[in-house]
Amino acid sequence: MAVYKRPDTLKKTPSGFCPGCMHSLATKLIAEVVDEMGQHKNCVHIVPVGCATLNLVYWGGDVLGAAHGRAPAVATGFKRSNPDRLVFAYQGDGDCAAIGLAEIMNAANRGENITVIFFNNQTYGMTGGQMAPTTLIGQKTTTTRYGRDPETTGYPLRMCELLATLEAPAFIARYPLTTPKGCRDAKKAIRKGFDIQMAGKGFSFIELLGNCPTNWGLTPLQTLDYMETNTIPYFVPGVYKDKFKDGVK
Amino acid sequence: MAKVLMKGNEAIAEAAVRAGCRFFAGYPITPQNEIPEYLSWRLPEVGGTFVQGESEVASVNMVYGAAASGCRAMTSSSGPGISLKAEGISYLAGTQLPAVICNISRGGPGLGSIQPAQQDYLQATKALGHGGFKLMVFTPATLQEAVDITYKAWDYAERDRNPVMILMDGCLGSIMEQVELPEMKEPDRTHTDKWSLNRPADSTRGDRVLTPYFPEALLELQNTSRARMYERWAKNDVQVEEFMLDDAEYVVVAYGIASRSAKEAILNLRKEGYKLGMIRPITVNPFPKASFEKLDYSRVKGIIDIELAIPAQMHDDIELQVKGRAPIYEYCRSGGVLFDDDGIYAAVKKICDGGAK
Repeated sequence: MAVYKRPDTLKKTPSGFCPGCMHSLATKLIAEVVDEMGQHKNCVHIVPVGCATLNLVYWGGDVLGAAHGRAPAVATGFKRSNPDRLVFAYQGDGDCAAIGLAEIMNAANRGENITVIFFNNQTYGMTGGQMAPTTLIGQKTTTTRYGRDPETTGYPLRMCELLATLEAPAFIARYPLTTPKGCRDAKKAIRKGFDIQMAGKGFSFIELLGNCPTNWGLTPLQTLDYMETNTIPYFVPGVYKDKFKDGVK
Repeated sequence: MAKVLMKGNEAIAEAAVRAGCRFFAGYPITPQNEIPEYLSWRLPEVGGTFVQGESEVASVNMVYGAAASGCRAMTSSSGPGISLKAEGISYLAGTQLPAVICNISRGGPGLGSIQPAQQDYLQATKALGHGGFKLMVFTPATLQEAVDITYKAWDYAERDRNPVMILMDGCLGSIMEQVELPEMKEPDRTHTDKWSLNRPADSTRGDRVLTPYFPEALLELQNTSRARMYERWAKNDVQVEEFMLDDAEYVVVAYGIASRSAKEAILNLRKEGYKLGMIRPITVNPFPKASFEKLDYSRVKGIIDIELAIPAQMHDDIELQVKGRAPIYEYCRSGGVLFDDDGIYAAVKKICDGGAK
């Protein structure tokens, strides 16, 4: 008996994500959770604009492509008119924390019964590595050639902390995909978010700290060291809000 | 069915509910506020959903999400808000999703004014967003017509898998008239099963991807099939009122609220012997081309474009149909300034008397 296999909720299509990119890891973790919950036919994946748009091709189950930043609004409309479906939006950092800041804040503040999975790799991957709202101070990008300067571009935006100030959200957590433990924690958090949603208990937000070897100009293994030294200390992993510490019932 | 006295915006809202609309998202903007206000209590009464979005951008994208599941969905706004919805309208068209978008228009450009105007004609008929798509655009002139159009709007939207626009103005949105409301249609998503993400527990269909993002060859195919659809509209779906054209020497062209003022002036001038008629587009896209082709240009001495827009926005569409066979005159007000009591009367009389250029 196979103990490790491709999740049924992923299509049998070769991945076009760059080698070593954690988008494929994140997508696989979500698909495993959907499999384990038996929700393949019931889930709807709201796909954003950015690298994760590629999931239009890879994701099994129903998929709906959203405009840049609008995934939480699209998810709101879908979920409100289909309350029994498992609806989640997957967003990158430009999508969620820049152009879509109004949509994520307000969907969270309304306590929409949806789940948003936020992939934070501190750059705009698809467009070639420009500065994201989450780009670290001093980090070089194609629009911050000499490193991000807070004097002119401000500071990296911490989405979990921002959303945790709101009353309505049920569950907010952040985990890095750099270690097996981080991946296990991330998967548990995704499961918890989905369980909360299926119990009709409200909004959940799971931030996954990821990499971008291509645009960071590092090998996949080097990105792990970079994240341990730079990313994780700034974006501290953990649970930021949990209305269901004793489980969802 | 008995007639009821209703305000324009509320009549549209009630007609939407009766058409089976069960999702509305919108953002406050004058002069359309009675639509979201009415639906905020009315939709929950029939098991529907009202969401006050954080912006017009979010609202139209909520409608996109609801429409994707086959739910009849609507949003409404006015000029500045319609500009913000442009992104979502383009996405609806690109993903081929049905929805109804109401523009209760006001003076522009920019914030403009909150008074009634017809300054969004070009936006509605030529470029509602990026990518070069079109919508059917209906321009009712009475509240009964607004009710009837709203009631049928989703039939067109679902037939075409394309959003439909109802282009009205703040005056029609605000006045009260008697209307006969149609029967309540129960929402039914089964006819969307071939394309939507509707998936009841007993559904056996395969997984489905709905997106406006395509490989280039497929996108070209889709755009080609959409172009054919626009041609079908032109052939089959034109709605127009041809008023007193049989002996008309001067033909007024006006839609919506402007056509009502114009009609009164035409009737008054007829009493004085002026042979006037009117072409009133009910659909401005598709534009009623045939009505212009039928005119006897050996008799018609002039076409008079009457709009609440300066510069006149319908002028080019008229010119394309008249093809130089008669001079085109204009009488327009703009910015939220309405026609005065005898403004159209005096202007049209002057044109007929040869006193206008």
